[in-house]
Amino acid sequence: MTTITDPHQGQFRLSMLLYDSRYRSMTIQIVALIGFLMLLGWLLSNTAQNLADLGKEPSFSFMLEPAGYDINQRLLEYDSQDTHLRASLMGLLNTLLVAVMGCITATVIGVIVGVLRLSPNWIVSRLSAVYVEGFRNVPVLLWIVFIMAVLIETLPQPRAFRSGDATMSLWESVAVTNRGIYIPEPLFSRSLGDIHLFGASSLRFDVSLDLLALLAVLIAGILTSVLIKRRADVVQEATGVRPRTWHWRLGVIVLPILLVLGILGFYLGYPALKGFNFQGGTHLRNSLIALWLALSLYTGAFIAEIVRAGILAVSKGQTEAASALGLRPNRTMSLVILPQALRVIIPPLISNYLNLTKNSSLAIAVGYMDITGTLGGITMNQTGRELETVLLLMLVYLTISLTISAVMNWYNESVKLKER
Amino acid sequence: MKKTVFLGALTVAGLAAGASAAATLDDVKARGKLNCGVTTGLVGFAAPDANGKWEGFDVGVCRAVAAAVLGDANAVEFVPTTGKTRFTALASGEVDMLARNTTWTLSRDVDLKFDFIGVNYYDGQGFLVPKEMGVSSAKDLDGATVCIQTGTTTELNLADFFRANNISYEPVPIETNAEGQQQYLAGACDTYTTDASGLAATRATFEDPSAHVVLPEIISKEPLGPLVRHGDNEWGDIVRWTLNALISAEELGITSTNIGELSAAPGDNPEINRILGTEGNLGEMLGLDADWAKRAIMAGGNYGELFAKNIGESTPIALSRGLNAQWKDGGLIYSPPFR
Amino acid sequence: MSDLSYVRSEILPERAPPASSVGVVGWARANLFNGIGNSIPTILALIFIWYVVSFLVSWVFSPTWSSESLNQCREIFGADGGHSAACWGVIRERWVQLLFGFYPEAERWRPVVAFGLLFVALIPVLFNMISRRMNWVLLLAVLGLAALYLGGVLGVILGLALLGAAGFIGFKAFSTSKEDRAAQIASGAKRLPNPLIFSAIFPFIAPWLLWGGSIWMPIAAALGFVVGFFAFRFLAPVVGSLAGLIIAVVAALIWWLFLTTGFAGLMQSIIPVGLEHVESRNFGGFMLSTTIGVVAIACSLPIGIVLALGRQSDLLIVKALCVGFIEFIRGVPLITLLFVASTLLNIFMPPGTNFDIILRVLIMVTLFASAYMAEVIRGGLAALPRGQYEAADALGLDYWKAQRLIIMPQALKISIPGIVSTFIGVFKDTVLVSIIGLLDPLGLSNAIRADQAWNGIVWELYGFIALMFFVFCFSMSRYSMYLERRLRTDHR
Repeated sequence: MTTITDPHQGQFRLSMLLYDSRYRSMTIQIVALIGFLMLLGWLLSNTAQNLADLGKEPSFSFMLEPAGYDINQRLLEYDSQDTHLRASLMGLLNTLLVAVMGCITATVIGVIVGVLRLSPNWIVSRLSAVYVEGFRNVPVLLWIVFIMAVLIETLPQPRAFRSGDATMSLWESVAVTNRGIYIPEPLFSRSLGDIHLFGASSLRFDVSLDLLALLAVLIAGILTSVLIKRRADVVQEATGVRPRTWHWRLGVIVLPILLVLGILGFYLGYPALKGFNFQGGTHLRNSLIALWLALSLYTGAFIAEIVRAGILAVSKGQTEAASALGLRPNRTMSLVILPQALRVIIPPLISNYLNLTKNSSLAIAVGYMDITGTLGGITMNQTGRELETVLLLMLVYLTISLTISAVMNWYNESVKLKER
Repeated sequence: MKKTVFLGALTVAGLAAGASAAATLDDVKARGKLNCGVTTGLVGFAAPDANGKWEGFDVGVCRAVAAAVLGDANAVEFVPTTGKTRFTALASGEVDMLARNTTWTLSRDVDLKFDFIGVNYYDGQGFLVPKEMGVSSAKDLDGATVCIQTGTTTELNLADFFRANNISYEPVPIETNAEGQQQYLAGACDTYTTDASGLAATRATFEDPSAHVVLPEIISKEPLGPLVRHGDNEWGDIVRWTLNALISAEELGITSTNIGELSAAPGDNPEINRILGTEGNLGEMLGLDADWAKRAIMAGGNYGELFAKNIGESTPIALSRGLNAQWKDGGLIYSPPFR
Repeated sequence: MSDLSYVRSEILPERAPPASSVGVVGWARANLFNGIGNSIPTILALIFIWYVVSFLVSWVFSPTWSSESLNQCREIFGADGGHSAACWGVIRERWVQLLFGFYPEAERWRPVVAFGLLFVALIPVLFNMISRRMNWVLLLAVLGLAALYLGGVLGVILGLALLGAAGFIGFKAFSTSKEDRAAQIASGAKRLPNPLIFSAIFPFIAPWLLWGGSIWMPIAAALGFVVGFFAFRFLAPVVGSLAGLIIAVVAALIWWLFLTTGFAGLMQSIIPVGLEHVESRNFGGFMLSTTIGVVAIACSLPIGIVLALGRQSDLLIVKALCVGFIEFIRGVPLITLLFVASTLLNIFMPPGTNFDIILRVLIMVTLFASAYMAEVIRGGLAALPRGQYEAADALGLDYWKAQRLIIMPQALKISIPGIVSTFIGVFKDTVLVSIIGLLDPLGLSNAIRADQAWNGIVWELYGFIALMFFVFCFSMSRYSMYLERRLRTDHR
């Protein structure tokens, strides 16, 4: 608010708070703040009063009491005598697992379908449209329970493998049952062991040294590969001829990893039917598969639309200009179209990742033990601490969301058109 | 402008909702309806039919209380609750009583501030398995996949049982009985565990019930009963003695068919007379009229009739009385005297 | 040699294109079998479609419409024993329940009329190509049909009268062309009142139709606006417009908070008019979903506008509050907000307050929707060219006048597609209330499966629910795309 006149200090009247534009915004803000604080105070005093009446003093100490329930899918070691806090941690890891898996597959599905929708083949583009509309217009919760029902009803039960009604696929290595899919797990005969972090507390965390070693070698390989590419670029700049480097670049990544795998004594543990269930191997439970599949297909439909819009948003003149410069079609795609389309695609894409993560809270409908199922489900029920558990639950999701938003803002800043 | 949809709704609902701080009995009378929390659907215990009329064993208790207090067995609003929402619904005053197969435990009674007013069904957690699996004891279930309803005491019992016997299992948490049944029948879990009554009810609806057995082990005590909020003892007394009236009625042979003639004039048995209000002033002590118990019994019959009609041996659920027989017949169902 | 020529001197007659490039064959060659890379996906897609369609057809067409229970269906399927086809008896028996929940049978016309009127009330907002007269025809027709349905001598007379009026106006509308009508109006012929009047009244009628109770309640609520308006009208010249506005708002609030119930009670005791009161816990099925969706969107619109303006404003504290609220709501899943509704909202209210679960869900879903609405409207505000703001400033309009006359009408218009897709999102999200035990379609499907007769039924219920959602959401999204096309005025 710019005013040219000098402020008349001496003649301040109360009505100026309302009518003088210099003070008005201040007044409005203070009134808003007071109103907000009063509302907050009112809610808090009500809550305190009600909780006192119910005899439930707010306290988070229940988080350190034994949970008493078991969790089927646990990424870290856990048993029913561990604390509610550790149970919630298991839930959080499960949430993150399904969210990350879902984001990856949703992107793959979305990109493929988005491109297919622009396909000149009429039937293929129609089919993609049917997929997109079908998934976008039915609630995701319905898809989750529906896919779960399909998995349960149509796949064979483990018993059928014993009687020979069903057989394992992929050279006897994968068992597809209605309790989930059992796949071979990587094992090491000369394992380096684990590092135990945080001692015996609820947050204890074991990190496999084998995995760390593999990761270190992989990163070193990628860095070397980048160095080789830089060298090639320099040579190309100087001589105009690009040396052939792809076999070197692949080699420095793959060979060291194979070497480390050999040293560690890598082998696959195959699942085998023992007792009631398959033992050994990695068990992808059908609750995880149903949730993962439903979230990927549902979000994939949205991403397909985003990808399509992004590609259409790059004007045709860009392609024509690129071919006028003599770029080949694949170079046109990677150097001209994609960088521009990505600028349009990425922000809504990330907000769809956010939605997917939030939708993963529907896991409780199929009994997937994510954080809503552990902290907001069984823990809340068994302890009766609704206020504390819901607050913690919101805090966890808010942290995840804000992190994703921060990434999005950072990206938006970095790709913003630099206007000079 | 459109904001008033909301304001209108608020005021309309504000009219309907009374203050829960006042005595529950006065609230119920003023409202003319009893709000009763039930499950979202469990065969035989509570489920809505095609016309939205609720039927079942737990529903019968609600109707008896409504009949005793309001004189109309249909003056009940049934509020479906899940394992998660049931306690909040009761604590917040949304329902006046909860008749929803809820296990009486110390922590619920003391820590959650509720009063269990009695037991209308003695239950225990059991295991349902297909016969062809050849399992005869729950201890043979090492490594089995177990379907289990979340939000109940059953998952804690289950963890304790397998831990105590040092055998492993894979829990599959499910939200509703219908889902549990679906997973079990499709073989996605080897066994389904919940209260034995629930298992029997579920088994009864199978295409071939005889292909499934309930294992002999009952791994927990599950006394199921109606509950009310802690602190309103007058209301608790009414619900408690309505349930006791149903139980005593069976013991004394008062049924919905002979109640008319029994209550027409005082008979030989003074306790029957006291229950039916032809003698003494028990109803007055409760803050009700003399006919309260008569109406409660007429609403759906005595305890035995309710049992037989909803879950008894003549129904598809075919539960035997077992522990739930009258104490005279060797069961645990026992009402304190009406005196 | 002069007439010898190697160049054709006359033009050949045009020949028809080869048979393989016209008609169905040509279309198929161009679009489906255009090279190997294109033919293989086509064939795969055709096989896939054939597989799915043949399976669906054999499943859907099953003679089980009249069955009374799942066991009867199993008998009908007979020897093979498998649950190989649909058992439609459950839909026949329960479709009314899936649509209306436990709404009393005799009163079911009320939600139908309410949603019919909702459509009529939305027409002037959503479809501006429908003429004013057609709008009134539709309104009269809905009311007339409702009156006819209610029956009784009065109902039939009223219904016929209303339908007659509708027919009369409709006939006149058809018999006069647009130009004639424009000429009539220019020469001073009376126009029908603006149908937006009805759109403004509708928010008061709809809750009354759905929840019932005394008619004086919505009237009293509407009177609050009248009170505020007159307070402003008479006080503004005396105390200035801003103070007048504040006083008007306070007066309206006082009316709503303290006087409404008394007034409505008094009028009800003098002239008792009303519908039977229906508890909101009797709401269920698609009616519940629609009610939650529509109420949440309608209520979230004004809240969303305020939040969006707050977020755009340069008042620091106001902006921080708005951003905090929006980001908080958008950062947590709806299910946690529903947990708040089901377990915590009563704890936040003064001791003794108790309002039923559906109202609590409405409040939380409204808050949820308003955060998303705020972002949609912010998008609309941002899309307005800067020149519009500057032009408003240049005209000397103050902030509120500029918003009301220049900015909002344009920003809201741009935002309509966004609002519609927010609505679709909220409508789909209403199925989450089944998780906290409300009987929306998905929740009802569980209750139905708890019935002895239908225990074990899965696909029919899910299929029916999914189909209903699809039909509704798909048509809404088509409409929103149509709007987007219509609103897009840039050159492409």
